[in-house]
Amino acid sequence: MNNYETVFILTPVLSDAQMKEAVDKFKSLLTDNGAEIVNEENWGLRKLAYPIDKKSTGFYAFLEFNADPSVVAKLEVNFRRDERVIRFLTVKQDKFALEYAEKRRNNRGGKRHEAQANRQTTDRSSSKANVEKQEVESKETND
Amino acid sequence: MAKQSEIRYLTPLSVDVKKKKYCRFKKNGIKYIDYKDPEFLKKFLNEQGKILPRRITGTSLKFQRRVAQAVKRARHIALLPYVADLMK
Repeated sequence: MNNYETVFILTPVLSDAQMKEAVDKFKSLLTDNGAEIVNEENWGLRKLAYPIDKKSTGFYAFLEFNADPSVVAKLEVNFRRDERVIRFLTVKQDKFALEYAEKRRNNRGGKRHEAQANRQTTDRSSSKANVEKQEVESKETND
Repeated sequence: MAKQSEIRYLTPLSVDVKKKKYCRFKKNGIKYIDYKDPEFLKKFLNEQGKILPRRITGTSLKFQRRVAQAVKRARHIALLPYVADLMK
C-alpha cells in the first residue's frame, strides 16, 4: 500500500449534480478496488492557465488515498476512457509530501474551527465589553 | 585631470556591497514544495512563465530540482501556463 494523491479536471459543461456523480464514480472505483480514501477536496470551477480542448475553465477535484500500485493503473485507464475528464495527475506521496498533506488537511479543517473559535471569542469579548460597560455605568451611578 | 576624478565619482563607488543570496527552503525549513500552490511557485518564474535559474533565486540544487518538478506538475494541471506574456 502506498499513499497517492490525484487531481483531475472535469469539463465545465457538466451540471453540479453530474460533476458530483463523476467524482463519486471515481471514488467508488477506488473503494471497490480496496483503496482507502483519506481526503477529498472540491476546488470548484476554476480558470485554466491555458485552454484545454478549447475550454478555458474546469471543475477541479482532489483525492488522497492509500492503495496498491495496480489500483492507480486502473484509475488512470478510467480517467482516459471518461470523456468528462479533460486532465488528470496522480502523484505518489513521499514522506515530505505526507507530512505536508497532513498539515494541509488539519489547516483546512482548522480554518473552519478557527473561524468558529474566533466567533466564540468575539462573542465572549463582546459580552466582556458589555460587563465592563455595566460596571462603568454602575460606578458612574455610585459616584 | 580634475575632469577624470569627476567621472570616477559619477560611476557607482562600491559595487561589492551585494546581498548574500540564500536558499529560502533551507533557511525557512520548507521540506516539501506543493505543486497545488501556483501563487508560491510564481516566485520562481519569470514573466514568460519560465523557471528562473538558481543563480538568480539562490535556491540550492536539491530544492531547485524540486521546484522544477512542482512547476512542471502545476503546468500539467493548468494551474500555471506553459507559455505566457506578462504573467504578473
